[in-house]
Amino acid sequence: MERELLNVVGKPVPKRDAHYKVTGQALYIHDIKLPGMLYGKILWSEYPHARIVHIDTSKAERLPGVKAVLTGYNIPEIRFGFYKDNTPLKKGKVCTMRDEVAAVAATDPDIAEEAISLIKVEYEPLPAVFDPEEAMQEGAPLIHEEHGTNVLKLPWKLVAGDVEEAKKRSAYIVKDRFRTTWVTHCCMGTSGCIAHFDPEGNLTFYSITQIPYLAQRDFQEALKVLGLGDKKIRVIQTYIGGGFGSKLDTHPYEYIAILLAWKTRRPVKIVFTREEEFRCTSPRQPTIIDITQGCDREGRLTFREVHMILDNGGHTSWGSTTPSVMMMPISSLYRVPNVLYTAKCVYTNNTYCQAMRGYGNPQATWAIECSMDQLAEEAGIDPMEFRIINANQPGETTPQDFKISSCALKECIEEVGKLLDWKQKRGKRNGRGVGMASLIHVGGGARVYRSDGCGTIVKIDDFGKVQVFTGATDIGQGADTVIAQVVAEELGIPVEDVTVIWNDTDVCPWDVGVHASRTTFIACHSAIGATRKVKAEILKLAALTLGVSEEELDIREGMVFSTKDPEKKIELGKLLRSVHYRSQGQMVMAEYFYDPDTVMLNREFKGNFSKAYAYGTHGVEVEVDKETGQVKILKYVAVHDVGKAINPMLIKGQIYGGAMMGIGYALTEEMIFERGELKNPNFRDYKILTAKDVPPMEAVLIEPWEELGPYGAKGIGEPGCVPSAPAIANAIYDAVGVRIKDLPITPEKVLKALKEKEGKD
Amino acid sequence: MRRSITFRLNGDEVTVEVEPHWTLLYLLREVFELTGAKEGCGMGECGACTVMVNGKAVVSCLYPVMEVEGKEVWTVEGLAEKSPEGLHPLQKAFIERGAVQCGFCTPGMIMSAKALLDENPNPTEEDIKTAISGNICRCTGYVQIIEAIKTVAEEGHGKGTA
Repeated sequence: MERELLNVVGKPVPKRDAHYKVTGQALYIHDIKLPGMLYGKILWSEYPHARIVHIDTSKAERLPGVKAVLTGYNIPEIRFGFYKDNTPLKKGKVCTMRDEVAAVAATDPDIAEEAISLIKVEYEPLPAVFDPEEAMQEGAPLIHEEHGTNVLKLPWKLVAGDVEEAKKRSAYIVKDRFRTTWVTHCCMGTSGCIAHFDPEGNLTFYSITQIPYLAQRDFQEALKVLGLGDKKIRVIQTYIGGGFGSKLDTHPYEYIAILLAWKTRRPVKIVFTREEEFRCTSPRQPTIIDITQGCDREGRLTFREVHMILDNGGHTSWGSTTPSVMMMPISSLYRVPNVLYTAKCVYTNNTYCQAMRGYGNPQATWAIECSMDQLAEEAGIDPMEFRIINANQPGETTPQDFKISSCALKECIEEVGKLLDWKQKRGKRNGRGVGMASLIHVGGGARVYRSDGCGTIVKIDDFGKVQVFTGATDIGQGADTVIAQVVAEELGIPVEDVTVIWNDTDVCPWDVGVHASRTTFIACHSAIGATRKVKAEILKLAALTLGVSEEELDIREGMVFSTKDPEKKIELGKLLRSVHYRSQGQMVMAEYFYDPDTVMLNREFKGNFSKAYAYGTHGVEVEVDKETGQVKILKYVAVHDVGKAINPMLIKGQIYGGAMMGIGYALTEEMIFERGELKNPNFRDYKILTAKDVPPMEAVLIEPWEELGPYGAKGIGEPGCVPSAPAIANAIYDAVGVRIKDLPITPEKVLKALKEKEGKD
Repeated sequence: MRRSITFRLNGDEVTVEVEPHWTLLYLLREVFELTGAKEGCGMGECGACTVMVNGKAVVSCLYPVMEVEGKEVWTVEGLAEKSPEGLHPLQKAFIERGAVQCGFCTPGMIMSAKALLDENPNPTEEDIKTAISGNICRCTGYVQIIEAIKTVAEEGHGKGTA
């Protein structure tokens, strides 16, 4: 397809499902009721670490309307999670305040809640540990005794080149410790599901999952334990009220709904309250990061050494695997020939963590980009120049063996410099300052499972309208729209004629899930593959009907026509009717499975696991109030290398949304835990940014055509939130000369640092 | 003990038996099956349940149902239903300006914007930000939402419909 002649790709096509959403017709899990449905409710632990001595459910069982009461003692053992250390309902002991102890199903939500209050649990509190560094000490309370240690046996270590040798050759070296804390997704729609067994014992699961086909497999493991291993599982996704990684795993509440539904043989719905959403879903992993970097006299990076400790919490979800993605910026953000990285995940009695937009990248980039500014200062080089000197280039292979195809990092940095008036504004130390930070992220899928594939089925109906069945999932980002755009572009039909169906494992083909900013890249490639097969078939059929050769045919605005003799034409719908209604007729449909030729990271954690890489730079101008420590953002610019923007409006939406999430991460958001208990489980005390907090903000797209992308595109789902925090920290340093090293950068921390600095000066 | 209340819902008079402890949100969602208004927190902190009562945006999850007696209630469904083109200009602008992602906050956001424009057809950007500051959105970063509302105000379509 010629780049200049695009009709639908590159246009700000409105999100295809927006009509349903603005009129209140989109049905979320909260809006769905099935006949005879029961309401499930969970009893959570009262202690961060305690032995369960006795559970008395007798009063709850006697409450009218209660149909089932389950505990870890009356269900079979189902184990799940990356480390298989989690169960739906806990038996023996609880390891966090969010551990599930009992669950009920009742005819209405109020009865379910009352039943929960009638369950009496006797605990024997155990010594607990809440600091990962303490948890690593000998004699610390063991969270999972069977492992004999709180340090998880995970192999997170990356070595490239020779860091020790490089240290000797470095002219400048900086070393520091940075920290990040828990932040949570704050999906506006709280978590929920409905589990329902049909009379044959097959499970239908109404879900908000980001991984319908992997969830199917997880649930199949659970059904095997129930003796239902031969039964079918259908996952139907409702509209999803936000994802951001929170739905990349299967969760205890989902297994509990399945168990309650099987016990009662009725549909069971569990929906979290907002407080449960805060307390009982899995946030972004907190980290302690030691980073050392060096450069030569010319400012070229010589090495980067990073050692990390991650608070794993009491059980294990995907949070424990985020070091595999942290390696990406550590090895490949800027050209750095020698790299050493290690990470330890340590059990504590805190909450446990999951994927959250960026999958470890925001934490790693926080340390790298703050350290970049420190090193630039040490070397006496302007931080923008320092970044340009070290910027990645198209065509290079990074120390982690990533093959960089398109890369506009240098252009991103320069554009930020221009938009911020960097040279004029920097270095004044007068309460106002500028800062910047960059990012690398996977932009062409990520082979984190053995497959990075996505299937598509395309069919055409009697009216020339096209139905696309995709394995991809829309969590609001616009999968439904970009897929429709590429299909419409390929077929030469209006985008309104394309319907994208994505929410049913019985209907749609397989996909690995909406994660790793992969959906536009992978699902569009897949949709293009299927559409090209369909188009070839259409042209073959039209050639027969029109009596011309296929080669001279094309489709435009729903009309198949001869490019040699435009009078020879047939409307798509008419062609389809003719093949449906004639004797020995046929369907016009095709399937395609796209799985990029990438590799999984090898034992050394090297290999080209993404087909393309996305870059970006954020720049910020701040004003710091020296009296209060308040940081005000005067200007925020987010410049992203996105490849070709299939839909610039939706891409900007991803960038604005990501950046606001990143600014919250930088300045306000923090889950406050005291002895494992979350103290701020509501929007009053957990400070997510509101419209009042939106600074003057600009999103700029740099669009190098990515040869390996669908219509030149790269992924953009996660990058927007990655570099905000270090950009802001660097700007604060430029403004007042204090460096805050642990997130969030609250006024208290700024004020304290200013006081300490005054003391020193 | 159920009580009978009468009010106007999306332009039509309705009489309904309610439990006095219900919230307006419960009545709308469970009795009238108007599920556009969402429960995002149940504590009046997120704004997903915002509807209009007598021209003001209110969080219906805290609004006692007995207080609705004799009042005029509008929901996002009513805006569409009673607009000649099937969509209120705000709904149209939200679609066209990319103001919708996951969509969970959208109905409440639109109702807050509607209440603003009814009262102040020519709002400044600060007015718009203030009017929707009680409506949390995690997806969009608000930028395109603010743009959408601004567009409607500039085109003078803010008032009139519904």
